[in-house]
Amino acid sequence: MQRPDARGYFGVFGGKFVPEVLAEALAELERAVEGAFADGAFWREYQALLRDYVGRPSPITQASRLLGGERVARLLLKREDLNHTGAHKINNTVGQGLLAIRMGKRRLIAETGAGQHGVATATIGAKLGLPVDVYMGALDVERQSLNVYVMKLLGARVHPVTSGTQTLKDATNEAFRQWAGRVEDTFYVIGSVVGAHPYPYMVREFQKVIGSEARAQVLERYQRLPSDVIACVGGGSNAMGIFSGFIDDRDVKLWGVEAAGHGLQSDDTAATLGAGTVGILHGSRSYLLQTPEGQVRNTHSISAGLDYPGVGPEHAFLKDSGRAFYVSATDEEAVAAFHRCAEREGIVPALESAHALAFAERLASERGPDGLLLVCLSGRGDKDTRQIAALEGVELAGAAWR
Amino acid sequence: MAVTASRLGGIEQLESAFQKAHADGRGALIPYVCGGDPNLATCAAIVDALGAAGADAIEIGIPYGDPLADGPTIAAAAQRALECGTSVDDVVGLAAGARERGAPPLLLFTYLNPVVQYGVERFAAALAAAGAAGAIVPDLPYEESEALRRAFHRWGLALPLLVAPTTPFERAVAIAERSDGFVYLVSRLGVTSAAHGPDIAWIGERIARLRPRTARRIAVGFGISRPDEVRAVCRYADGAIVGSALVDSYAGTLGAQAVDRARAFLCSLRAATVREPES
Repeated sequence: MQRPDARGYFGVFGGKFVPEVLAEALAELERAVEGAFADGAFWREYQALLRDYVGRPSPITQASRLLGGERVARLLLKREDLNHTGAHKINNTVGQGLLAIRMGKRRLIAETGAGQHGVATATIGAKLGLPVDVYMGALDVERQSLNVYVMKLLGARVHPVTSGTQTLKDATNEAFRQWAGRVEDTFYVIGSVVGAHPYPYMVREFQKVIGSEARAQVLERYQRLPSDVIACVGGGSNAMGIFSGFIDDRDVKLWGVEAAGHGLQSDDTAATLGAGTVGILHGSRSYLLQTPEGQVRNTHSISAGLDYPGVGPEHAFLKDSGRAFYVSATDEEAVAAFHRCAEREGIVPALESAHALAFAERLASERGPDGLLLVCLSGRGDKDTRQIAALEGVELAGAAWR
Repeated sequence: MAVTASRLGGIEQLESAFQKAHADGRGALIPYVCGGDPNLATCAAIVDALGAAGADAIEIGIPYGDPLADGPTIAAAAQRALECGTSVDDVVGLAAGARERGAPPLLLFTYLNPVVQYGVERFAAALAAAGAAGAIVPDLPYEESEALRRAFHRWGLALPLLVAPTTPFERAVAIAERSDGFVYLVSRLGVTSAAHGPDIAWIGERIARLRPRTARRIAVGFGISRPDEVRAVCRYADGAIVGSALVDSYAGTLGAQAVDRARAFLCSLRAATVREPES
């Protein structure tokens, strides 16, 4: 498994493109990561929390009814939706929370789009006794009012960000700014494999548990490796996590599924690797949806968690090196897969994960009965039910949960 | 192209501006405006007025939608400029026009991504052709600065690098060594904003330690908004950079009104650059 070079690059992607005020904070974080990763006691504490608090290992479920017919591949789901807080995000916040304590930081800050990473950070802040401030685009605050309330219940403060497009990209800008203002006592918990080095590497290492568990589980149950591993990619943390387990198994094909929105050729897309060009955003060089002038483009996806104009630098590296393939699914395909998974498997998937499912269904018929497809079901879809209802003109009376 | 104004390389333009201010017993005053805010024509008139009112050099921002180092004032100014459709070439053109009309040395303030997309070599050539003195790139880390610095050197352009309160001292010395034009000393933690003033005690201490280790000029920026702050900064530094407070002074106005406000604001600071004799 590739480590970034001394300057924080995976090939030509990555780096540390941040204002000088944050340079020393990144250097301090790098030193802490080095120390913690070499310390068995740190990993034992992390693993204990994953087991006793998050509920790991998460199971593998064979989705036997999702794909009709006998001429298609078998489909396995890695059930990150069954984690505490309902997604893979908490694997990362547990790790960064423990690191914050190890570094003597007294508070956590985080950006969030749909609110899942904000909830996961608020959760670990409550568990470890660290106050949490979450920055969230004002538009997202409005669209995801339930998650905002959950964060407040968990004791976090949520700050609406009114600059720019008022979504995840602007929330991330604001979190960086806030970090620059209180860099000495504050730990910035980034929610994906993005940002300046060492974040993409560190977050991958905290999500690696998805892939290493899944590899052992599949081998034990099927006495073979999967033919294909499939995960959705926004920033790309669940994908890097599950890919990590298989990256050295050269025969296992890795597929990242981006959100095409209304289509790759349209203006309304979030498929950064599919439709973007190389640029610099949030501290690293990677692919980016941008104008020829270098302004970051507005993105669209039905799934808030994939609605981001950048992508982790290691994905850019895996794309260009050909080790992983990047494809996309549209809003429409994701919603259709969302319904099929709910109706035929009894699992309501996150809209993010539904993108991966949509592609897996396509690939399954291509692979035939010898195929063994492993999909990372990155989160559960409760958070999306109001949006689906609204999309289909269904009025939900009263509060969304009772 | 204005041959007369741009005959000097950018680094020399800046050095001569610092020398002139010093000879007058002043620190240099370096205001910042966001290119294209509130629109290109008004912005050009503001740059002219600032030059006429005694700015020793002027920073002109290339508006960027994701300005990580900027607070709400400059982020909003960039948004206004982008809504007018301001491009990199527009701002370079604005600088060229201002230089032809006799503006002091002009530094473009830009984030890295627009420069990379424009092309580093092409950007350097465009700045030189415009008679600009160089550029400040706040998200360009010292470790990554070599390619841009080399391109700028071919045209004699300045590339001041930033030193922050969190920068370890030996790193600050190394940054100063690579910093062409001057060293941009960030006055405090955080992003550009007039809401939090400079940390004068820290500035004095840091400059006193840096002087024996570098021959570079040192200008201080971030959070400087009042005459007393300019006065305090100029006691230690070669120059004071004022951005957000100036941009605030004409936010929401257009045309002659914006120009008058910018001029009045600059004049209120200009007197404070005079160094009082040590008592």
